[in-house]
Amino acid sequence: MAIKDYLRERFFPHIWCPGCGHGTVLNGLLRAVEQLGMSRNEIVMVSGIGCSARISGYIDFHTLHTIHGRALAFATGVKMSRPELNLIVPMGDGDALAIGGNHFIHAARRNIDITAIVMNNRIYGMTGGQFSPLSGPDITATTAPFSSIDPSFDVVELSKAAGATFVARTTTYHVKQITDYIKQAILHEGFAVVEILSQCPTHFGRKNKEGSAVDMMKRYKEVTTPIGSKAKQENPDLIERGIFVQKERPEYCKEYEKMVERAMKGR
Amino acid sequence: MSKKVKFVQGNEACVEGALYAGVTFFAGYPITPSTEIAEHMAKRLPQIGGKFIQMEDEIASLCAIIGASLTGHKVLTATSGPGFSLMQEALGYAVMAEIPCVIVNVMRGGPSTGIPTHGSQGDVNQARWGTHGDHAIIALTASGHQDVFEVTVTAFNLAETYRTPVILLFDEVVGHMRERLVIPEKGELPLVERLKTSVKEGVDYHPYLPREDGRLPMSDFGGVHRFNVTGLYHDMWGFPSTKPSVVHGLTHHLVDKLENRVNKLAMYKEYFLDDAEYILVSYGSAARSALHLVKDRRFRGERLGLLELQTLWPFPGDIVREKCESARAVIVVELNMGQVMQSVKMAVSDSEKVFLANRIDGVFIAPVDILNILRLIQGKGV
Ligand SMILES: Cc1ncc(C[n+]2csc(CCOP(=O)(O)OP(=O)(O)O)c2C)c(N)n1
Ligand code: SF4
Ligand SMILES: [Mg+2]
Repeated sequence: MAIKDYLRERFFPHIWCPGCGHGTVLNGLLRAVEQLGMSRNEIVMVSGIGCSARISGYIDFHTLHTIHGRALAFATGVKMSRPELNLIVPMGDGDALAIGGNHFIHAARRNIDITAIVMNNRIYGMTGGQFSPLSGPDITATTAPFSSIDPSFDVVELSKAAGATFVARTTTYHVKQITDYIKQAILHEGFAVVEILSQCPTHFGRKNKEGSAVDMMKRYKEVTTPIGSKAKQENPDLIERGIFVQKERPEYCKEYEKMVERAMKGR
Repeated sequence: MSKKVKFVQGNEACVEGALYAGVTFFAGYPITPSTEIAEHMAKRLPQIGGKFIQMEDEIASLCAIIGASLTGHKVLTATSGPGFSLMQEALGYAVMAEIPCVIVNVMRGGPSTGIPTHGSQGDVNQARWGTHGDHAIIALTASGHQDVFEVTVTAFNLAETYRTPVILLFDEVVGHMRERLVIPEKGELPLVERLKTSVKEGVDYHPYLPREDGRLPMSDFGGVHRFNVTGLYHDMWGFPSTKPSVVHGLTHHLVDKLENRVNKLAMYKEYFLDDAEYILVSYGSAARSALHLVKDRRFRGERLGLLELQTLWPFPGDIVREKCESARAVIVVELNMGQVMQSVKMAVSDSEKVFLANRIDGVFIAPVDILNILRLIQGKGV
């Protein structure tokens, strides 16, 4: 099926600003689904609220655009009730890890078979450029006019610690990796996290003098490096890209089925 | 076959009602005095191949059942005041996206952590207006276990019929009290199953285009129709819209589908109303004391009657007015500062004749508490 056939073109134009990284994520995601040859009927995309969350409206899957931060809780209900469906949950950094942080760690702890995509622009795009728990210190935002003092989460470390069994990170500069990692995340049985650094030129870029969208993407090339590279040893400030975790652990819905069997036997 | 008779708590009667109605998915978080509902569900659902999940909080619980409803399940969550407060945003989502689900609030004293182990009826107005924005809601209650069972079944039926969340407002007294429950035979109580679309695969399906009778046939997630569900104002495809005509139309649809059927949705019981000079209006556990007093006084020849409300929202104002028209005085008996009394005052033609008999100290209202108010109104002193 052509990529175009996965889109709801009837609902275009989309709401994203020119140069927004979220469109690149959409592209990479659809290529992953296309390459896996998945039917649109077997995918449910659940999203919360944010510029990133709007991605669900444009794709012709079963789509559930919910409330801020709670997408994983809704997705848990969908998955538990129909385990044969594939759940993809794209989230903004604020959506996933500020208001939604609790649901994020619990979904990871359960190891429920959901693909979580964190579209990390280190800012609240939709509400106009406030800092998020992924902004980190020394960035300028509308709610950090004197530059931020809040330390940031590391999505990879947090996901690992919470129990995610697939964890990867890449950026909108590395488009092929987006497709590759999302493909592997979908195929993985368990809670999979793919963090994608995604530029918001409108708010983060402008406030922090990072230039145009293209400049911001080029920066992603400069500030990131493959896991364990020599460059990383020389410059510890570089952000690593790659697959950090890929392991097996009992998946929640499968475990539930076993419990149902026990219950039906009356034990 | 002889009927199944049980001696159970109100919370278990609710579980039995939900199972009878066909619930297959429950998500919840423990909280007194509703916890037994989750505990019984955790045991019963796996035995019938259903799903129980203990979520990380009440927000997640309501979100999870909404997700499960979209795949075609009948779904339930149960909580009490603090958890119900947390659920308000997702409740509005279920209203807006028109997702059938049932939410039990076994009321305890509030605000805040309040008095967890004691009864109250303080969340009546929260059920109506707890979530933001114009909307309509159905909230039902009951005073005894057979009724708890039946209104629970009704709650599922109404949720499916009108594609709406339905709130069951029980209270600690009913939830924890033990009483006889007769489980009806299969088929004895009517059940409403989900209305599925007849639109065939490949034909454009409009998930939010009401039929002539106002109902919206659904298609399960995972089925042949793919559509968008959102909490934003949306068009007939479920796609976000800010078009004034769409916003206006949807607001009216959400409110009118329930408010225009207020009399049809009204469930109530009446005792000795025909010639009543004084009428008690009550609901939930408080109605038990009210009925006790009414029977006691009738025995002594006093013309006292009781209107027991089971539908609290949409408020059955016309019925209350009609029933109370010729009474000298109306006493609303409830375990709060007069939340239903306000609605009764608005409903009757002479609000001056409406009084309140309440308790707000965590102690269950006794017949004598109501009698004292009645005597004051009659000018007979206490
Ligand atoms: C309960 C609640 N609080 C706040 C908001 C306002 N709000 C909407 S989107 C958003 C943040 C979006 O940031 P992020 O999740 O990073 O997504 P982005 O827009 O950057 O893609 C906020 C705070 C809301 N919709 N709901
Ligand atoms: S505000 Fe930022 S995140 Fe939102 S669409 Fe514009 S560029 Fe993208
Ligand atoms: Mg963001």
